[in-house]
Amino acid sequence: MKIDKNTTLKIAKLCRLRIEERETEELSSQLSSILDWVEQLNEVNTDNVEPLSNVSTAELPLRKDIENSEDKSKDILINAPEKLENYFVVPKVVE
Amino acid sequence: MEFSSITETLKTIRSKKISVEELSNIFIKRIKDSKNLNAFIYFNEEDIIEQSRKIDKLSNNLSLKGIPLAIKDLFCTKNMPTTAGSKILSNFHPTYESFVTQKLIDQGSVFVGKANCDEFAMGSSTTTSFFGNTINPVSPKGKQLVPGGSSGGSAAAVAAKLCLGATGTDTGGSIRQPASFCGVVGIKPTYGLCSRWGIVAFASSLDQAGIFANSIEDASILMKEVAGYDSNDSTSAKIRIPDYYKNLNQDVAGKIIGVPKEYTLPGISDEINNVWEEAIKLFEKGGAKIKKISLPRTKYALPAYYIIAPAEASSNLARYDGVKYGFRSNENNSLDEMYELTRSEGFGKEVKRRILIGTYVLSAGYYDAYYLKAQKVRKLIADDFTLAFKDCDFIMTPTTPSQAFQIGEKEEDPIKMYLNDIFTVPASLAGIPGISIPFGKSKEKLPLGIQLLSKHFDEQTILNAGLYLEKNNE
Repeated sequence: MKIDKNTTLKIAKLCRLRIEERETEELSSQLSSILDWVEQLNEVNTDNVEPLSNVSTAELPLRKDIENSEDKSKDILINAPEKLENYFVVPKVVE
Repeated sequence: MEFSSITETLKTIRSKKISVEELSNIFIKRIKDSKNLNAFIYFNEEDIIEQSRKIDKLSNNLSLKGIPLAIKDLFCTKNMPTTAGSKILSNFHPTYESFVTQKLIDQGSVFVGKANCDEFAMGSSTTTSFFGNTINPVSPKGKQLVPGGSSGGSAAAVAAKLCLGATGTDTGGSIRQPASFCGVVGIKPTYGLCSRWGIVAFASSLDQAGIFANSIEDASILMKEVAGYDSNDSTSAKIRIPDYYKNLNQDVAGKIIGVPKEYTLPGISDEINNVWEEAIKLFEKGGAKIKKISLPRTKYALPAYYIIAPAEASSNLARYDGVKYGFRSNENNSLDEMYELTRSEGFGKEVKRRILIGTYVLSAGYYDAYYLKAQKVRKLIADDFTLAFKDCDFIMTPTTPSQAFQIGEKEEDPIKMYLNDIFTVPASLAGIPGISIPFGKSKEKLPLGIQLLSKHFDEQTILNAGLYLEKNNE
């Protein structure tokens, strides 16, 4: 799969990464070659194969659905880059 | 006293010949003398002494009393910062302790520091860390070799005896490959044996905690302590944890060892294949039988992994947005700009590359062609192993396709770097346990490793076989 510069920029926008103009070319060609390389999977016949999402063979226990309430707001806010009273602060979103 | 093994050190501590504080001082000196290796992201002398004094007052029955351990900087630790090797977490102070490290604390071990690693565990050389490269302690004069990765700091610290054991995580080979490069024992247990609670997530369906040690005996002692059920991890297995150390038995007579033909690859140096051949002969000498087996879908493991792991990573790493914790860019005129700049300035090159790949393969219209396809291939790879284990007790392969390489090599081509994990990734996809044991040397006298793989939750079999290999290694 050939990834052109516009596609790279579009993906970057989707995952909120800002890519410099000078990086775009190198990244596009790296992404293209990685995708070309993974496309060898198309050689494998996977008709009627169930996708594997959990490899565990152990029985995974269920827990009781009990609510558990503790006040951890202080802990949660301790690493905030910017906070005010009990809130995270972000740049203004409404004018 | 040399203080190079857990078993010996425990005896010395229990007989009160040395206090935990005195022991810790020996290791503090070793770490300070080895600063050039850059094995640690966080090291704080006073903090180590403080821990040691507390532990000195605890019961002698604790199974790891006073044992100095390095903790990969991917495990959240309440009393030490946790960075995942990334700028984006460079000022992060967890408010809780990971399940695995809590268990190690409960048994009286001393944490000597947080070990360097590839950023978010993405790498095979510890060169993607924001905190600089770690140097492999086996590097010959005038050369700087990589320790492997991503758990390179942990492997280097154990190899240089800066601690007696270390935690690591293995998503596609991140414990086994550095263990091989540094000449130590490294175990990736069965997926689900150790809780992922409190470990910075990379690819959740593959991430597994494990350990490094200087011998199989030490590794077995640590394995028992890090394993166990945790209700905070929904994929944690509720099984009885055996006493791996007590159960150690190096008798391999009658064991059937699978040797997969697909692990003989063109372009791989003779010395790797020769060491493999020597290990085969050694096992035969002990009365084991060798069986040639086939794992036909081996070739597709790496490409499947490089869809699944980046896809899961792109989703897991979406949480780093500069709002709740971690680094935030100073330039932020709008919320969107803050997100973008925080992530662009906070993540390194390889992490960004994988987020982009992951986002692409999960994006509208491509999910079935890439992610779903890769998960189907993953099923076939897991089936290959299930079938193979019907005919053998465990599987033996080389751990890595080469010896440790020089810092800076393979950096220009991501795929070249990915090929480091060619022998370790298949087991990760199948969720089976794997161990790397130092065995043989390259022409340049660098350590090489043999990988042993077994069925789910059958760590004992490969620990036993590893013990045989270790004890009979000339």
